[in-house]
Order: sequence, then C-alpha cells, then structure tokens
Amino acid sequence: MASDTGLELLIEQTTSVITNDGRNIVGVLKGFDQATNLILDESHERVYSTKAGVEQLVLGLYIIRGDNISVVGELDEELDSNLNLSSLRAHPLKPVGH
Amino acid sequence: MLFFSYFKELVGKEVTVELKNDLAITGTLHSVDQYLNIKLENTRVVDEAKYPHMLSVKNCFIRGSVVRYVQLPPDGVDVEILHDATRREARGT
Repeated sequence: MASDTGLELLIEQTTSVITNDGRNIVGVLKGFDQATNLILDESHERVYSTKAGVEQLVLGLYIIRGDNISVVGELDEELDSNLNLSSLRAHPLKPVGH
Repeated sequence: MLFFSYFKELVGKEVTVELKNDLAITGTLHSVDQYLNIKLENTRVVDEAKYPHMLSVKNCFIRGSVVRYVQLPPDGVDVEILHDATRREARGT
C-alpha cells in the first residue's frame, strides 16, 4: 500500500540498520513501533575501516531508539555471503548532520 | 499533507534519496507514510566504492527525519497541479 511504510515485512528478517552516529548494526528485526524504535536480536556491529577489514562486534539483543535510526535495510543473505568482509576497506559512515 | 499526497503520486518512479549523512541511495519508490518515511526497492548506493556498507541491501526503509533531498525524474512532476495544491494549502483550505 502506498500510504503505509510499516516495517512489518521486515519482521523476522535479517536487517542492516544505519544509525545517526554512522554505525552499521546487523540483526534480526523482532519488533518496531510508530516511532521507529527497533528490537534487534542476534545483532552485531560492522565496523568499517580503511586500514583493516570489517570488524564484527557481537551485541546480542538490542533496542534501538527511533530518534537514532537513519536506514533499515533488508539484508539479502545470498548477496551478503558473497561479500568478503575481511578484504573490504571503507571509510566509516559519517554521522548525520542537521 | 501536501507532500505526502505528492509522494504517493510518485510511487513506482525511480528516485534518489540524499541523506543528512551524505549517503545517496537510488531506488524505486515503493511507499511513503505520514512522516515522509520512504521505502525504496531495488536500491543501489550512488557511490558504491565509497559506501560499500549497503552492498547486500536491495530494499530499505529510510526514516523521514534523515532525508536531505529527494531527487525526482523531471517528467515525474506536474507543476500545474503542484502549484494549485500549494496555493490551496497556503490559503488554509
């Protein structure tokens, strides 16, 4: 429906969340509300650097406050498994500037 | 309400959303809501070499509060209708 962008379709899916401070957190979306507060299970943070490969930090069960959310992306597991994270070099994402 | 209605007309068109963290994402507009949150399908990041962070993401939800620009196809805009709607909104109708 064009007038509803609920995140229902992403529930129980592995999602990649970009937060306002430029962090990338990957986890299974368990819940959300109108304020875009999220519950992510089995989550880990992917830390990008130009000097080393992508570092993955295990976080577990997280609640992320909606204020802090930029993007919630549906992670395509097949595409993700083709990525070689240890050889990926990138600048960290910038924090949101209003 | 005006921009919400306007974006609903653009569903199905290709747009590029530039975010306040300078990330730019191109995709097909799937849906929009009252907060102007945007859902895009078939997404690709504009500068993939610089921003490989979303390589495995093909559909995404973008929070309205983080959008800086939405770049539209030039023929996606009916300027007359927009002008009329804006005048009505300004009048408080």
